[in-house]
Amino acid sequence: MSKLLSAFAIGLVFGLGITIAGMSNPAKVLNFFDIAGTWDPSLAFVMGGALLVTAIGYQFVFKMDHPLLASGFSLPTRTDLDVRLMGGSAVFGIGWGLSGFCPGGLVPALGLGRIEPVVAATALIAGMIAVRVVTNGADRKFAASNR
Amino acid sequence: MTTEFTPFAALLGGSLIGVATVALMAVHGRIAGITGIVGGLLAAPTSADWAWRAAFVAGMIASPLALALMTGQMPAISVPVHPVLLAVGGFLVGIGASLGTGCTSGHGVCGISRLSARSIVATLTFMATGLVTVFVVRHVFGG
Repeated sequence: MSKLLSAFAIGLVFGLGITIAGMSNPAKVLNFFDIAGTWDPSLAFVMGGALLVTAIGYQFVFKMDHPLLASGFSLPTRTDLDVRLMGGSAVFGIGWGLSGFCPGGLVPALGLGRIEPVVAATALIAGMIAVRVVTNGADRKFAASNR
Repeated sequence: MTTEFTPFAALLGGSLIGVATVALMAVHGRIAGITGIVGGLLAAPTSADWAWRAAFVAGMIASPLALALMTGQMPAISVPVHPVLLAVGGFLVGIGASLGTGCTSGHGVCGISRLSARSIVATLTFMATGLVTVFVVRHVFGG
């Protein structure tokens, strides 16, 4: 129960940060990208603040033997730079530039009671499912050809 | 459409994102990457991690209401995007963030804070294509 309550509370703080920062507001996000037009550099300060607090905070956290409510830290271990990472990130940036919503901005926007975030979130979930269907099929085919 | 430059709100919001990111690692040992957390919800609800992910997302969705209770008004957003582009963009975000194993939060905040080469490359890539996309939409096609 404490796991669920703490996850909810941390999600709430994360969402408050996103909302106060303006990351849930496509007008503001798109203006951050529009250097040649109605540029609004605010989001650079969001990244700056988040990176500063996280980079320092992580230093203390990783000195702990284990997290308070888990047996160990779950961290990505891959270090290779592959086509999927770069191609996927490129496509994500295009979608972000078209819609103005990144996943972290979109989730709190769902709580505003407006229709646009619901449209974007439905499409986002469809994109995630499409990747799972296609890559599962490809991985199975790969596994079969290596049997 | 212009938006007001809000450096203090941005720093405050960014710092709160950082506090939550550090807390999720300290308490649950997890990366606060929204693509990964939401993607995990697409698995069967019986998986061990499903419940905390759902609770985290519920907290995020509740945040505008919490802010409204504190300030007396719902946060305002503006979506200057055609519904078709909104859907296409959302679909591409879902595809790209899944293939690229992360987005602004997972790569941009958590990964760069750990000096992960993959996250630094991913973040530079999606920032660059985001810039180019907005330039093309607004200044080549004229918005």
